[in-house]
Amino acid sequence: MAVNYVYPDYEVVRNYDKCINCRACERQCANEAHTYVEEIDKVTSDDAKCVNCHRCVSLCPTRALKIVKTDHTFKTNASWSATNINEVYKQAETGGVLLSSMGNPNPFPIYWDKMLLNASQVTNPSIDPLREPMETRVFLGAKSQEIRRDKNGRLIDDTSPHLTLSMPVMFSAMSYGSISYNAHESLARASKELGIFYNTGEGGLHEDFYIYGGNTVVQVASGRFGVHKGYLDAAAAVEIKMGQGAKPGIGGHLPGVKIGEDVSRTRMIPVGADAISPAPHHDIYSIEDLRQLVFSLKEATAYSKPVIVKIAAVHNVAAIASGVARSGADIIAIDGFRGGTGAAPTRIRDNVGIPIELALASVDARLRSEGIRDRVSVVAAGSIRNSADVVKAIALGADAVYIATAAVLALGCHLCRTCNLGNCNWGIATQRPELVKRLNPDVGYKRLVNLMTAWKHEIEEMMGGMGINSIESLKGNRLMLRGVGLNEKELEVLGIKHAGE
Amino acid sequence: MAVTFRARELGFQALNDAVRETSGDITIEDCYGERFIAASAEGKSITINGTPGNALGCYLNGASIVVNGNAQDAVGDTMNDGTIIVHGSAGDALGYAMRGGVVYIKGNSGYRTGIHMKQYKDKRPVIVVGGKTGSFLGEYVAGGLIVVLGIGQDGAAPVGRFTGTGMHGGQIFLRCETPPNDLPSQVVCTKATQEDVASIDAYIRNYALLFGADAAELTRGTFYVLTPNASNPYKQMYVAN
Repeated sequence: MAVNYVYPDYEVVRNYDKCINCRACERQCANEAHTYVEEIDKVTSDDAKCVNCHRCVSLCPTRALKIVKTDHTFKTNASWSATNINEVYKQAETGGVLLSSMGNPNPFPIYWDKMLLNASQVTNPSIDPLREPMETRVFLGAKSQEIRRDKNGRLIDDTSPHLTLSMPVMFSAMSYGSISYNAHESLARASKELGIFYNTGEGGLHEDFYIYGGNTVVQVASGRFGVHKGYLDAAAAVEIKMGQGAKPGIGGHLPGVKIGEDVSRTRMIPVGADAISPAPHHDIYSIEDLRQLVFSLKEATAYSKPVIVKIAAVHNVAAIASGVARSGADIIAIDGFRGGTGAAPTRIRDNVGIPIELALASVDARLRSEGIRDRVSVVAAGSIRNSADVVKAIALGADAVYIATAAVLALGCHLCRTCNLGNCNWGIATQRPELVKRLNPDVGYKRLVNLMTAWKHEIEEMMGGMGINSIESLKGNRLMLRGVGLNEKELEVLGIKHAGE
Repeated sequence: MAVTFRARELGFQALNDAVRETSGDITIEDCYGERFIAASAEGKSITINGTPGNALGCYLNGASIVVNGNAQDAVGDTMNDGTIIVHGSAGDALGYAMRGGVVYIKGNSGYRTGIHMKQYKDKRPVIVVGGKTGSFLGEYVAGGLIVVLGIGQDGAAPVGRFTGTGMHGGQIFLRCETPPNDLPSQVVCTKATQEDVASIDAYIRNYALLFGADAAELTRGTFYVLTPNASNPYKQMYVAN
């Protein structure tokens, strides 16, 4: 037998005083970490199979289980951490490219946590959002450049198509295939109830969800999966995916084994066929080419809906965004390097791209300096964790944000980062029917509505504290931000002062 | 009822608005590079005299288009259904991610012809090119049929370089005496059997009928058929981390 070099990161601890042999853990674990052993009349666990998703812990009726980080250790070495060593073992064993899920978990600076918000004191009094009206609605799309009147002096309404959001948050792209039918249903229903939008990702739109089209952003990626007239017509907006924060420069590859009957229908490819979306659109090599795709989608939808172009936050993001703004796109979505994913090569996820905070600040500054900020709305994505991050993003210059990790957490995700295995015990990142049904969309959509409603209240409170009663007055209002523990360069890029200044 | 539009007078946006609002038979005269003609169109037939611009028939959903002239880039991008016939040559990225319908090009086509083509249920897209194509023919092809007839190529492979890179479905037929010598390992190239040629006979006949070629002579030539290599699929080797 081959020697297994890799010791599990986490251990399942079972309190046998509390365990009643109900075997719920065994039934719940799609990774088969728990097994009942008849000879000893006990349930045992294989730590190597545990992904630390807490499904068994959450459902154990006697709270007999917990998962702990192993204290098994290599000799302490600042350079050669256990992670570095184990990754070498895995690659030496298989010859494979390391594949991970969800966003970059490494301890890079989190600028949200190094920025603090302002509040009114004495002058410019704060506003009580429970008593006074607060405007959290935002409109995404190109703004009119000038006001024009007809010969009778009446305003000519030439406003380009917009998305109207009740609050400046949307659910970011997650494809049907990477997440389950019930997860999509939860997102779609929550978006409708909340008056916001969710995003199909590049996996097409299930026929059952066309009824939520008014709250749906459909995505067009390099593989064009599921893209056809009905799909474009159904949506409120069309998003061209040029890049993704978790894997800039890398495409998607949904293996044939994950293309079941239903996923096949929405992607419009045969059951069992590989779905390959390469990183580049092979018909786009310039801003002019991008402009062609933007306008082909506008023509195909009779200029009735905004076109979003989503790019990953990379080194020259400001210049790229300037080009995108001139391509005819109505909205630019920028996805930072901590954004989530169903699967990405580990090295790409952990080493490519830049933080959204810096990218957003530099894009906003660049578009302003070029006098084209009004031509596009800017949506920031990739690691927005709470309502304070939303408020800070808007103060840095975003019109709205995209969230996805927070949304799947609301649905029960425990960030075990094994979406790529397809065995999600919470029924989110899986297509296995017996697992999918664990996510009840009646409950799921309500939890999303709760989360967003809570964030909206918090956004109103933070705005009220600053004496601001409209999101519009917060947008790009960097005076509301102060940095803590940031160097001169970081403050310069963020365009904010240090606390105390 | 037949309607005629003069493209040059209207400009692309007004022209496309007019085409969108009109059903039945449409003729477009004086076409000088107007883009996006017939985007997502269905239930109409359009004759274009001149040279339509990029993205002719993008997302086409059942309409039929005849071009009396050459076409430019991105003809039939993400086309779902319908017919496009070009009495001339076409530019780059012809039939990108095409899912259904048929495209006939009398002459040549440019780089990246038929890339990302895919098929689904009863939908099987077909591209027939009379002459030769540029490099990257059928890159990432996942389904459908591409036929390159090599007319005027004296038996040389009627393609540029890197044909079929990333191919993981579908078929590419090349009429030539010697197949391309730089095919990637993901592609299997075999001499077409009589049954193979019979399977594309209808398209060859149509081509001959449309453009006045000799179907029997075209069919007599040697064909090579390119299919994905099942034993060496296009994929990355991963290890869960």
